[in-house]
Amino acid sequence: MAKLILSMDGLVLKEIALTKERTTIGRKPHNDIQIDNLAVSGEHAVIVTILQDSFLEDLGSTNGTVVNGQPIKKHFLQNNDIIELGKYKLRYVNEAVAGQAKAADFEKTMVLRPGSVKPATAAPAASAPAGPAAAAPVAVAAAVGAKNFSDTVAGQSATAAPVAPPPKPAAAPQKNAALQLLSGANAGKELDLTKPLTTLGKPGVQVAVITRRPQGFFITHVEGASFPVVNGKTLDAQAHSLNDHDVIELAGVKMEFFLKT
Amino acid sequence: MTLSGALEVASCTDPGMVRSHNEDSIASDGDQGLVVLADGMGGYNAGEVASGMATTVIITELQQLLERRVPYEIDAQSGQLVAHRLLHEQIAKANTSIYQAAQSQPQYAGMGTTLVVALFYDNKMTVAHIGDSRLYRLRGGELRQVTKDHSLLQEQIDSGVITPQQARQSQNKNLVTRALGIDPIVEAEIHDYETQPEDIYLLCSDGLCDMVSDDDIGLALQTLSSNLKLCAQHLVQTANDNGGRDNISVILVRVLRDYPASRSIVGKMMSWFK
Repeated sequence: MAKLILSMDGLVLKEIALTKERTTIGRKPHNDIQIDNLAVSGEHAVIVTILQDSFLEDLGSTNGTVVNGQPIKKHFLQNNDIIELGKYKLRYVNEAVAGQAKAADFEKTMVLRPGSVKPATAAPAASAPAGPAAAAPVAVAAAVGAKNFSDTVAGQSATAAPVAPPPKPAAAPQKNAALQLLSGANAGKELDLTKPLTTLGKPGVQVAVITRRPQGFFITHVEGASFPVVNGKTLDAQAHSLNDHDVIELAGVKMEFFLKT
Repeated sequence: MTLSGALEVASCTDPGMVRSHNEDSIASDGDQGLVVLADGMGGYNAGEVASGMATTVIITELQQLLERRVPYEIDAQSGQLVAHRLLHEQIAKANTSIYQAAQSQPQYAGMGTTLVVALFYDNKMTVAHIGDSRLYRLRGGELRQVTKDHSLLQEQIDSGVITPQQARQSQNKNLVTRALGIDPIVEAEIHDYETQPEDIYLLCSDGLCDMVSDDDIGLALQTLSSNLKLCAQHLVQTANDNGGRDNISVILVRVLRDYPASRSIVGKMMSWFK
C-alpha cells in the first residue's frame, strides 16, 4: 500500500497510509493530514487514490505545491516523489513498486466487474488500500467492485493488484557501434547504429537488419536469395552476433562493423 | 470464398521471461481471412484452457460457417452484416463453453480470457474484441491502435483522469473491465474497417504492448515488413529483452493485394454449391 512520510528538516514526524479515496492536506483540523503552519493553506492539496495509483492536486493554495522541485497543479505520484509544502516534506512511497520482484508472480490480469460487491467476493477490497468500491467514481460509471478473477487464487491475489512498473527502455548495450563502408560508391562513409533496427542492402534484392539489443549487436537476413557474409562466412537464417571489426558483405558492398568508445 | 494469396500471415507466441506457462493462445487461417488471439487468465492452467477454448471454438466454427455464409451480405433474419452475426454468435458460443466449464469444474473456477478476432473479406476487415488484447494497423509508415482496451486504465484515460503518457507509469495495468467466460453473457465490441494493399495489421496480447513502446513496434513493422515471420519473432524478442514480464503473442497480417468479393451470379452460385 502507498504511504506518505511527513518530515521537517530531515526529521520524520509521521507516516500516513493512503487508505482513502481522497486524502486531504491542509492547515485546518478537518484535513486528513493536518500541517499547522502558516505557509500551508487551510485546504492546501488533495491526494486521490485509485487502486494502486495516486494523484496529487493543489487546491489553489496560496503558496503552491512543489513536487521534486517543480510547482505542480496536478501530478501523478511516482514512488519516492518528494512533495514540499513550506518547510514540510512528504515523501510518497509505493510499496507495490518497491516490492516488485515479489509482486511479479501476482501481476496477473484480473477483471473489474460492475455491479454490487458481495461480501464474500470482496476479499481484495478488504486488504487493498483504497477499496475499489470507493476508488473509482470518476473512472467507472457503475459502482465497481474488483472481484478477484479466480477464486482459487483469491488468497494470493488479494495483495496482488500491483503491477510491476513499466519497463525501462531496453537496456541498450553499453557501447555504441557503427558501420564503415569499405567498397562501393560510398566507400569510407560511416553509418551510426543508433536505432533498435537498422536495415542494410537493396529492397527486393538483398536486405539484412542489424538489431541493437542489450546483449549486443546482431545481424539477421531479411529478404533476398543470397544471405549476408560475415568475415568470409555465409550466414544462415539465424541472427548472428557481431564482434568488433567484423567485415560484412551484402549486396556487393563490403563494410566493417566496429564498436565506438 | 477463399482469399488465398491476398493475405500473408505470420505469428509468434512465447511465455516471456517470468511466467512458467503460456496462457495466450493464437490461431489463424489466411485463406479464410481469419485470425484469432486470446490471453487467458485464472489459476493454475485454467488461463490457457480458457484462451485455448476461445481460439478453437471461434476458428473451427467460423471456418465451417464461412464455407456456407457470405460475410458481406446482410443477414435476412437479423438485418446485420453476416460477418457481424457470425462473430456475435461464435463469441457467445465460446463464452458459454468457457463459462460452463468454469462453473462445472472447480479447477477452472473463475477462468476467462481476452479476445481479439479479425475477419478479412471484400477489401474489408471486421474486428471483434473483448478486454485488453489489441489490434494495430501500419499504413503509410504510421502505426495506429485500432481497438480500444476494455480496461480501467482506458476508462481513466477517456474520463481525463490520466493521460496516455501517465498510463504507462500506472500500477493499475492489469485490470480489464470485460472478459470472455466470466459472465453468462458478454458483449464484444465489433467494428468494420476498409483495408488497403500494403497495410500491416498486428494483433497482440498485453505482454507485447506493455513491454515495447508503440514507436519501437512501428519501427519493427516498417523495417521488417518484407519478412513477416522475422518481424513477429523480433517483436517477441524485444519484449523479452525489455523484461518479458507476461506472455507475449503476436499475429501479423499483411495485405498483399485487393480482394473484392465476387458479386457475379456465377460467383454466388459457386459459393452456394461449395
